[in-house]
Amino acid sequence: MGRNDGVEGAEEIVEKGARVTRDPQTLGEELPASETPWQESLRLFKQDRLAVMGAAVLGVLLLTAIAGKALTEWVVVFDPEVVRLPEKFLPPFSVASTADVPVQDRPLSGIYLLGTDELGRDVFARMLQGSFVSLSIGFIAVGISVMIGITLGGLSGFYGNVKLGVMTVDTLIMRFTDVMLCFPTFFLILTVVALLPPSIYNIMIVIGLTSWMGTARFVRAEFLALRKQDFVVAATSIGAPERRVIFLHMVPNAIAPVLVSATIGVATAILTESALSFLGFGVQPPYATWGNILADGKGFIFDAPWLFFIPGLAILVVVLAFNLVGEGLREAMNPKLRRR
Amino acid sequence: MHTFILRNVLQRLLLVFIVSILAHSVIHLAPGEPSEVDPANPRMKPEDIAKIRAAFHLDDPLYAQYAYWIRDLVSGELKSFKDSQPVLGKIWRRFLNSLPLFICATLLVWTLAFPTGIQAAIHRGAVYDRTTTFAAYTLISVPGFFLSYMVILWVVDLFGVPVIGLKTFGMEHAHPLFQSMDRVWHLVIPSLMSALGGMAILSRYVRSQMLEVIGQDYVRTARAKGAEEATVIYRHALRNALLPFVTMFGFLLPGLIGGSVIFEQIFAWPGLGRLGYEAILARDFPVILTLNFIAAVLTLAGTLLSDVLYAVVDPRIRTGLQGDA
Repeated sequence: MGRNDGVEGAEEIVEKGARVTRDPQTLGEELPASETPWQESLRLFKQDRLAVMGAAVLGVLLLTAIAGKALTEWVVVFDPEVVRLPEKFLPPFSVASTADVPVQDRPLSGIYLLGTDELGRDVFARMLQGSFVSLSIGFIAVGISVMIGITLGGLSGFYGNVKLGVMTVDTLIMRFTDVMLCFPTFFLILTVVALLPPSIYNIMIVIGLTSWMGTARFVRAEFLALRKQDFVVAATSIGAPERRVIFLHMVPNAIAPVLVSATIGVATAILTESALSFLGFGVQPPYATWGNILADGKGFIFDAPWLFFIPGLAILVVVLAFNLVGEGLREAMNPKLRRR
Repeated sequence: MHTFILRNVLQRLLLVFIVSILAHSVIHLAPGEPSEVDPANPRMKPEDIAKIRAAFHLDDPLYAQYAYWIRDLVSGELKSFKDSQPVLGKIWRRFLNSLPLFICATLLVWTLAFPTGIQAAIHRGAVYDRTTTFAAYTLISVPGFFLSYMVILWVVDLFGVPVIGLKTFGMEHAHPLFQSMDRVWHLVIPSLMSALGGMAILSRYVRSQMLEVIGQDYVRTARAKGAEEATVIYRHALRNALLPFVTMFGFLLPGLIGGSVIFEQIFAWPGLGRLGYEAILARDFPVILTLNFIAAVLTLAGTLLSDVLYAVVDPRIRTGLQGDA
């Protein structure tokens, strides 16, 4: 493994060196106006139509999730928990009957936008609530995994040569990463989630704790390459404290692959949650997530197909959007694909 | 080369040891015990629970439980908490059920992903490329059971393909030929559905790997000397693009256990994944532990295999090793 990392690291250096020498100031006036790497990435990202569409979907989703949190919990406009037994299994766009449902229980403007489920709950309200919960599972799980990944990867890349008794820090951390990579991730998540008391936080934490290995390896490889770069050596030699060198000079330069894997990680976390829900170990009621609405809906696939298809398609669209954006970012930030 | 293999094997044996400790502690430190599976059962008296705990060494300190587990695992006498059957025998029977599914799915993935990915790379940016790219992302993004349920709704009515279990119930007295055909027929949809995700991911890898290689100088040289396009693509480019995929064999093996839980559950396939799921429901620690452990050992064996294969196929690494030795 170490051998491969070395090769990759060498390529990185060559690439970054090339970027420096091609800087407009050294090459003369014929080049377009100088842009920062981030501006360049943004420009390349905008050329990828699928990724831009994905980003738009994610923007809408973010608004929906915040609106969902606001409208179902802070100012209850859509109450996902009202049970209306006479109104169960109504298809989308049904009008709530005035006779069976008391006024305060009626949905907004008296229409069930996405129908009702087996307890007569408003699916639209549940989807709204679920959008926030599903998204926060994705973000918090990835937040945890990115934090662990950057810390361990950074430690191993920067302080890798420090001896701790018989082995170096690098050996210790990377062997631990190898051990974690050995476990079948989904089966491990399933085991731990099933043994722990059911709680939404446990699911977030367990997904986070079992998915940091990729990030740690990226960050380590980037740090190993960056440590020998001129600007880092320069920063160290003018006496900048290590803290400053790491967080101001190295982390921003190592963050691109982390960002990509984090975006895709959110997508994976949402899928993992829905798979756990399918097996009955997902987020427990009263929380609605897209995963458990879908898992509950599979029992009514013939009687009330909207209970199955609406959350399923919603998950598909959102996860697709995350994947496309992640892939767009990867292409836009990959120095090898630039300037072709 | 021999020192290289020996060093790798020793390193991995150490890892196996650490993995076994970690797996053991994760499962035993988490709350929830086999004796608590059925707390509502009025016939479970406290003395019964104490008896169960004593029988499974649950009152002993963790390191003693670990020692018991390893001792029983090695001597093959490890018993399931649930039905006191030998764990290794249970796993072996389920493994034999999982194996055909796994082989079919893997064959589908590798035979379909390569042509798709190569064509997409050759026609980069064309309609074909964009269609397969989008299709691949859709397949990666769809929850496996959502897609499977939709396919089940559709194929059962249209083609009458069976989607439940290993074989048709009541076929035990049929001619062996019919029995085996029945089993193959039952494999079709489950293996296709569990292959789709992997196919999408692998075809993306193939595409990006091919793109990387097609831009290289030696491909341009091959074109410049007038080689036919097919020769350029399949002999000069593809051969070099194949290298990283050797390492992927290593990550195939553990999919036998972890990747199959959902699909075996959907299609009521009595394989390893379902064994794990049932064991988790029953808090059957020996089975859960042993499955996790076997999966980890398979991963390690797979990475070892891929490291060795890599050294065999890539002369750069091989010569590097000789330099080392």
